[in-house]
Amino acid sequence: MREITLSQAVNEALAEELRRDPTTFIIGEDVAEAGTPFKVLSGLVEEFGTDRVIDTPISEPGFMGIAVGAAMTGARPIVDLMFGDFIFLIMDQLCNQAAKTHYMSGGKLNVPLVLRTNMGATRRSAAQHSQSLQALVAHIPGLKVAMPSSAYEAKGLLKTAIRDNNPVVIFEDKLMYQDKAPVPEEEYLIPFGEANIKREGKDITLIATSSMVQVAEKAADILSKEGIEAEVIDPRTIVPLDEATLIESVKKTSRAIVIDEGHQSYGVTSEIASRLNEKAFYHLDAPVVRMGAMDVPIPFSPALEDITVPTPEGVVETARKLCSGELIHAA
Amino acid sequence: MSAAKKTTKSNSDDYLRMYRQMVRIRTFEDNANQLYLSAKMPGLTHMYSGEEAVAVGICEALTDNDRITSTHRGHGHCVAKGAEFKQMFCELLGKEEGYCRGKGGSMHIADQSHGNLGANAIVGGSMGIATGSALRAKLQGHDDVTVCFFGDGATAQGLLYEVMNMAALWNLPVIYACENNGYSEYTKTEEIAAGSITARAEAFGIEAFKVDGQDVLAVNELTQKLVARCRKGEGPFFIELETYRYHGHHVGDINREYYRSKDEEKDWKENRDPIIRFRGWLVEQGIATEDEIEAMNAEIENDAADAVSYAEAAKYPDISEVDMHVFAD
Repeated sequence: MREITLSQAVNEALAEELRRDPTTFIIGEDVAEAGTPFKVLSGLVEEFGTDRVIDTPISEPGFMGIAVGAAMTGARPIVDLMFGDFIFLIMDQLCNQAAKTHYMSGGKLNVPLVLRTNMGATRRSAAQHSQSLQALVAHIPGLKVAMPSSAYEAKGLLKTAIRDNNPVVIFEDKLMYQDKAPVPEEEYLIPFGEANIKREGKDITLIATSSMVQVAEKAADILSKEGIEAEVIDPRTIVPLDEATLIESVKKTSRAIVIDEGHQSYGVTSEIASRLNEKAFYHLDAPVVRMGAMDVPIPFSPALEDITVPTPEGVVETARKLCSGELIHAA
Repeated sequence: MSAAKKTTKSNSDDYLRMYRQMVRIRTFEDNANQLYLSAKMPGLTHMYSGEEAVAVGICEALTDNDRITSTHRGHGHCVAKGAEFKQMFCELLGKEEGYCRGKGGSMHIADQSHGNLGANAIVGGSMGIATGSALRAKLQGHDDVTVCFFGDGATAQGLLYEVMNMAALWNLPVIYACENNGYSEYTKTEEIAAGSITARAEAFGIEAFKVDGQDVLAVNELTQKLVARCRKGEGPFFIELETYRYHGHHVGDINREYYRSKDEEKDWKENRDPIIRFRGWLVEQGIATEDEIEAMNAEIENDAADAVSYAEAAKYPDISEVDMHVFAD
């Protein structure tokens, strides 16, 4: 199978859906000729024109609100938010308006929009361009949240998101835009709420999102050499969450580590760990451990930044302790 | 009245409908206030009484296909855009037959069938929605127009300036209708708004107008012209409507002399009431007699009383609905 980058996969998904559905359009800062700072959208304005790939002023709440109104009245906007950190700027439009409109109207109004944005530290971009804020969004009822872990997922999840009748937020890890993965030429969709078992194992379950799947897979390789067989699972969407697959795996392995690049406290790792404790407690041989980003603003200095995020070595060390029955009091 | 209109038969029907709609709003609000005062309504609500000529003058220039976004003080917009009393009172009381199945209440009432995209409990929260509706119309080649209602208080929100900028850059068919009732919650507008309100729009190259919001014909005449120009691609526009809210910020804001005098309220009610003024004009022009108007008022009062009784007796939604409509299928 051919291999393409995550950036190309996103671009292909957008092009295919823009061709398929004339009510779709892309809106955001420097999305047209510039193709965004990451060049993910390069070439789209040439094919679809400036009515379908709409450059806006630097007005995040404004264009987010405009997308909500367009979605409520029959369009399917795809919003490009240049950095995930800017979610704080659009919180009212996303969480008070888009997320609640269907419910508040008793099901009469729909808001079928996609918010594409990014996440991920270690790009030396400091505290306001490095955050992974998926937990904030996942907390709000009415929003779906997808976290692609490769080019394959990025394409299939984005196409599903565009066809969904709800607001969907997709977090792409900006460090993965140039990562290649096999992606079929023919069309495919990835349904929401279906976790992907990336690697089977019997000793411990590593549940990881987005780029943390790579971290978990590297850890599983190392652990395998030591005789510990780790099962790696990518939930792919955190709302809806495929709880059943996660619980089944933990029932089998009796141990789990949950890895996500958002801050550890009150985060995605906390939520998943908590559900496993509630629903698989009597199958567990050790506490479910959370591994998120440290609870500090992301520092600029490489010496500091690199230690704030989960690493394969950190996962290996924790997994070893859990599997050897060592008493663990994780932070 | 400002407009010296030719009173043909068809115009007479329009005028009588405008009068009826204004009285329907006032009557709806009187009943809603009573429901609150008698503790029959959950929560609280914000009364539109006094501002009827704004909603009616504007909405009478629109079709069902045109959209509006409304505010926390939104009952007037909802009635003016064509909503029925029964579903509205049911919504205010949280009943299953309400426009939003009781899930929105007074501050989120929406009536999609008549193009009302909903009231909004965030001050200024719907400015993006209205502008997005207008962008959708332009992109899809439709000629519908969207009116964004908001108050003077909302002019202090930054979102307005972001979306007016884009609406002007892209010539969107949207009309920003600023209902200046003189008070931003419990504070005089002059204390929260520096400079001129219309100049805010003019800074973006948007044509802005100031109109007496107590004169339904003046409001309607201006809106008709602007809607027609929007349909031709000449939007956006901005209107500042000078009006007055008879009640406090909300129904519970009763002792309000610390920010507004009783004399001032009396003056607006007695000398500038939009319904009294228009009624006098209708009689003077021979469009309706006092008796006909009284009969119309009585009919509306009966309709409202029936709708209130209906809503009081109506069912609450089944508790199984609590997690319905979080997501669309």
